Amino acid sequence: MAVISNSRLSASEKWTAVMRRFLRWLTTPHVILSIIMLAVMIYLVIIPLYRMIMTTITVQDIDLRVLKDSEVGDFTWYHWVRMLTSKIAKIMTYEPLVHSIVVSLGATMFALVIGGLMAWMVVRTDMPGRNTIHMLATIPYIMPSWTIAMAWTVIFKNRTTGGTPGLLEYILGTPPPDWLAYGPIPIIVSSGLHYYTFFFLFVSAALLSIDSSLEEAGELAGAGRWRIMRKITFPLVVPAIASGFIMTFSKTMGTFGGPNVLGVPVKYYTLSTMLRSNTGIGNYGDGFVLAIILILFAMTTIMINQKLVGTRKSYETIGGRGFMSQKVKLRNFKGLLTGMVVVFQFLIAILPLVVLLYSTFMLRTGDFSLSNFTLAHWIGKGDISINNGEPGVLRNPKIYLGAWNSIRLSLLTALFTSILGVILGYAIVKGRGTRLSKLVEQMAFIPYVIPGIAFGAVYISMFTKPVGPIPPLYGTFALLVIVSVAKHLPFSARTGVSAMLQVGKELEEAAAIAGASPWRRFVRIIFPLTSTGFVSGFLLNFISTMRELSLIILLVTPTTAVLASMTMRYIENGNEQQADAVILILIFLVLIGNFIISRFRGGSLKKGLGM
Amino acid sequence: METTIVIKNLTKKFGNVIAVNDVSLTIEPKTFLTLLGPSGCGKTTLLRCISGLEDPDEGEIYIGDKLVYSHVKGVSIPSGQRDLGLVFQNYALWPHMTVYKNMTFALEIQKLSKEEMKKRVTEALAEVKMSGYEDRYPREMSGGQQQRIALARMLAYRPRVFLMDEPLSNLDARLRMDMRTELKRLHHISDATTVYVTHDQLEAMTMSSNIAVMKEGVIQQMDTPDKVYHFPANLFVADFIGNPKVNLLEGWITGPDLVDLGKFNVPVFTFSHTGDVVVGIRPEDISVSTHAIDGGVEFITYSVLPTGADTTIIARKGDTELTIKEIGVSKLQMDQKIWLTFNKDAINLYDKATGNLITH
Ligand SMILES: Nc1ncnc2c1ncn2[C@@H]1O[C@H](COP(=O)(O)OP(=O)(O)OP(=O)(O)O)[C@@H](O)[C@H]1O
Ligand SMILES: [Mg+2]
Repeated sequence: MAVISNSRLSASEKWTAVMRRFLRWLTTPHVILSIIMLAVMIYLVIIPLYRMIMTTITVQDIDLRVLKDSEVGDFTWYHWVRMLTSKIAKIMTYEPLVHSIVVSLGATMFALVIGGLMAWMVVRTDMPGRNTIHMLATIPYIMPSWTIAMAWTVIFKNRTTGGTPGLLEYILGTPPPDWLAYGPIPIIVSSGLHYYTFFFLFVSAALLSIDSSLEEAGELAGAGRWRIMRKITFPLVVPAIASGFIMTFSKTMGTFGGPNVLGVPVKYYTLSTMLRSNTGIGNYGDGFVLAIILILFAMTTIMINQKLVGTRKSYETIGGRGFMSQKVKLRNFKGLLTGMVVVFQFLIAILPLVVLLYSTFMLRTGDFSLSNFTLAHWIGKGDISINNGEPGVLRNPKIYLGAWNSIRLSLLTALFTSILGVILGYAIVKGRGTRLSKLVEQMAFIPYVIPGIAFGAVYISMFTKPVGPIPPLYGTFALLVIVSVAKHLPFSARTGVSAMLQVGKELEEAAAIAGASPWRRFVRIIFPLTSTGFVSGFLLNFISTMRELSLIILLVTPTTAVLASMTMRYIENGNEQQADAVILILIFLVLIGNFIISRFRGGSLKKGLGM
Repeated sequence: METTIVIKNLTKKFGNVIAVNDVSLTIEPKTFLTLLGPSGCGKTTLLRCISGLEDPDEGEIYIGDKLVYSHVKGVSIPSGQRDLGLVFQNYALWPHMTVYKNMTFALEIQKLSKEEMKKRVTEALAEVKMSGYEDRYPREMSGGQQQRIALARMLAYRPRVFLMDEPLSNLDARLRMDMRTELKRLHHISDATTVYVTHDQLEAMTMSSNIAVMKEGVIQQMDTPDKVYHFPANLFVADFIGNPKVNLLEGWITGPDLVDLGKFNVPVFTFSHTGDVVVGIRPEDISVSTHAIDGGVEFITYSVLPTGADTTIIARKGDTELTIKEIGVSKLQMDQKIWLTFNKDAINLYDKATGNLITH
C-alpha cells in the first residue's frame, strides 16, 4: 500500500479530498433531512411571514380609491400610518390591543387561580375522589374553547343587542346587567374555565414531584409554614406556573371563538376579531398590520417569560417522580370544599353541554318552556319559517360535508404532522450539538410564538397569488391542511425529538456496523421503536385539529367549511340553535377521539398537552 | 484471518476538547489490545474512530491492507464496510427483535442462505453457552445473558476485527470474572484482532496480550501487561497501574546507585544519571522484618489491613508513608516498630522534571 504523505499531495488531489469530505457530510442522512426540513419550513413559515410584511408596505387594489396616483405594488407606509396614527387608529388598533391584553391577562390569571387551587387541593390535602377530579378537570380543555362561551350566551344574554332573552332573564324576569351578558368579563371567565386545565395539570405534576422530605427538612430546621411555602414549595412550582402562563397567554391572545361570540355583538373588539373584520372585507393591508402587532406582542411575552424562567427548566418539572407527602388535613372543611369542587366541575364540564343541548330543542330562542319543544333543529325537513329553510342538522348535507371536512382535515393534519415529526426528530436528535440541528429546532419553534389567527392571516397573503410553480391555494382544502400542519410544527418537533431520544443511539450504530443502509436502519430499527410515540402524537393532533378555529377561520370558504367554522357562521346568521347543535356534534366527535386515546394509553392527557 | 490495524497521527476534537491527540499505533494480527485509562481519556473515541462511527479530524487508519480513513485523501469507508464487530457497553440489543432476529440482522444483509444463518446462530450461541435462547426477547434475559447474546451477535457474522467498549462494566463482580475467562477463550479460538476498552486495570492485565495506557487523548505506553506493570514508562502509568498503588517518593541521586529520600537512602540502579528523581517501589517489593537488620530502615506501622490472601501495611517514618504488601496474614500489630529492606532490581527511577522512566 502506497502511503502518500501530506506534503506530496498535489493541488488537485487536495481539492478532491475537500470535495469528498464535503459530499460525505452532505450525504449524511440527518444532514439531508435537515436541509429538506429547512427548505420546507422556509416555504411554510418564513416566506409567508415575509409576504405578510410586504403586503403591509405595498399598495393593494383596495387602496387605489384613496391613493389615486399610485399603482398596486408601490411602496407605501399608508397602512402603518393609518393603523397607528390616524383618527381611526384608536378604534382599529389601540382599543382592540388593550382589549386583547385585558382579556388574555384576565383569562390567564383566572385560569391560574382556579387551576393552582384545585391542584393544591387534589395533591396536598386529604380530599377524597382525587382521580375523578383529575379526570373531570381535563374535560373543559378537550372541548372546543368557545363551548362555554356559547353556553354562556344561552344563559346570560339580554336584549341589549336586540335579540331574545336568555335563560336567566326567562327565570328571574329581569335582564342580567350588560357586563355579565357580554364583553370582557364573560370572555375572561369562559376562556379561563377552558384553559385552567393547563395550570391544573402542570401545577399538580410539579407539586407531585416535590419531595416532601425537602419540606420536612425545612420544618425540622425550624422554618414556619409560610417560610417553607415561600422558600421551598414556591420556587419549585414557579416553573410549572410559568409554562402554563406562556401557553395560556399566547393561546388566548390569538383566540377567536370566545371574543366573537361574546364580544363582537357589543362591539367589544379584540385584535383577533378586528383582524377578521378587516380581512373579511379584503382589506389585507390593514388587517396584516394588526396581525403583525399581535405576533410581536405574543413574541415579546414569550421571550420575557423565557428570560425570567427559561422554558427548559419549566418543562423539567413535568412528569417528575411522585413522592408520598404529608397531606394537609381539611378537617371540618372537608365536606364543604369537596362539595364545592364537585359542583364547580359539574358547572363547567357538564352544565354547558346540558344547556347547549336544551337550546337545540327550542323552536324559538328565548322561550324555555316545554311547549316550545321541537326536534326541528335536529331532524326537521326544512321549513321556511325555521332557520331560513335550512333542514335539521342531521338531514343537512352541509353539515355532513362540514363533518367530513373536519374529519379529513384532522386526519391529514395528524398524518403529516406525524411524518414531519419523524423527520424532524431524526434530523434534530442525530445532529445534536451541530449548528444545523439547532437551526432546524429553532425554526420549527417559530409557529409557537405566532398566535393562531395571525398564523391564518399569514397564509392569506401567501397563497392568494401563485408562488413559483404552486398555484394560488386560497379557498382550497389543501390550504387548510397546510396551515394546520405548519402550525403544528413545534408539536411535531417535540414529539419527534422525545420519541427519538427514547431510542439509544447505540441501537442505530449497531445496525450501521452490521452493514445496514440508512433506510434499512430506519425501517427495521428506528421506526418500530418510535412508532408508539408517534401514534399517540397522531391521535392528540387529530383531536386538537378537530376543535381548531382561530387558525382556519380566515381561510375557510363555504365548500371547505369545517364544523368549527360552521358554528361561527350560524351564530353570525342568528341561527343559534343550529350553531349549538353543530358544536355538540363536534364535541361528540372530539370525545370519540379522546376515548380512543385514553384506550390507547391509559387516559392521561398530560403528555400531549404540550402545545 | 491476519488483520493488522495501523493508525497514523489520528486526532479527534470535540469543540475545544481534544479527545484523541495525534495517536499512532500498529496492532499486529491476533493481538488482544486493551485501551486502558481513566474516565474521559479518549478510549471510546479512539475505538469509535476505528469503527467508523466517528469521523476523525486528522490522520489515517488502515484495517488489513484497506485504507478505511484518511483525512488528507478525504476517504472514509462507512462502518458497515469495514468488516468489524463492535460490542457496546450497554449491549445495544434491539429490543423488538428476538435473539435469533438480532443475530441474523447482519447475516441477512450479507445475503446468507437460511441454512447457513441457522448454522451460524447455533454455533455462536453454543460458543457463548446460550444455546436454546433463540426465541427470547432481550428484556426476557438477565444482564449477563444479554451480554453473551451481544457477543454472540458479533461472533455470528465473523468480522475480521473485534471491538469491545467496556463490555463487562454492567455486570456484577462474579459474572465479570466468568466472562473474562470466556472472552479470553473466545479470542484464543477465533484469533481475531481485538481492541478492548476498559478502565479496569485488572481486566486489562488478565486478558490482554498488549495494553495501551491512555491519558488525555495521548497513548502513554503500549506494551505487554508484564512490561506495563514492571516497567511503567512514566509516573502516570506507574501510578495508574497496580493495586495497592505504587509508592512514589521524591529524592536525589547522591552517589552511584544510591538515592537519598531525605530520611533514608535506597539502593537503585541510576545508570549514571544525576539530579532530582522520583523513586517508584511496588508494595510487594518491600520486605518487612520485626527486628533491626543490616541495611533495614526503621518504620512504624500505622495501619494493618489483611484481606485473607495478603495483607496491606501502611507504615510511617515521620511524614513519609509507604504501602507494603505481604503474602498471607501478617502478624504485625499497629504502632509496631519494623525494619524495611528494598529489592534493588524491582525499583524504578523516574526523572523528576519529565516524569519519564530512567533506563540505561
Ligand atoms: N459526542 C461528544 N461530544 C463532545 N465531547 C465528547 C463527545 N464524546 C466524547 N467527548 C469528550 O471527549 C473526551 C473523551 O471521551 P471518551 O468517551 O472517549 O472517554 P473514555 O476514555 O471512553 O471515558 P470513559 O471511561 O468515561 O468511558 C471526554 O472529555 C469527553 O467529554
Ligand atoms: Mg468510554
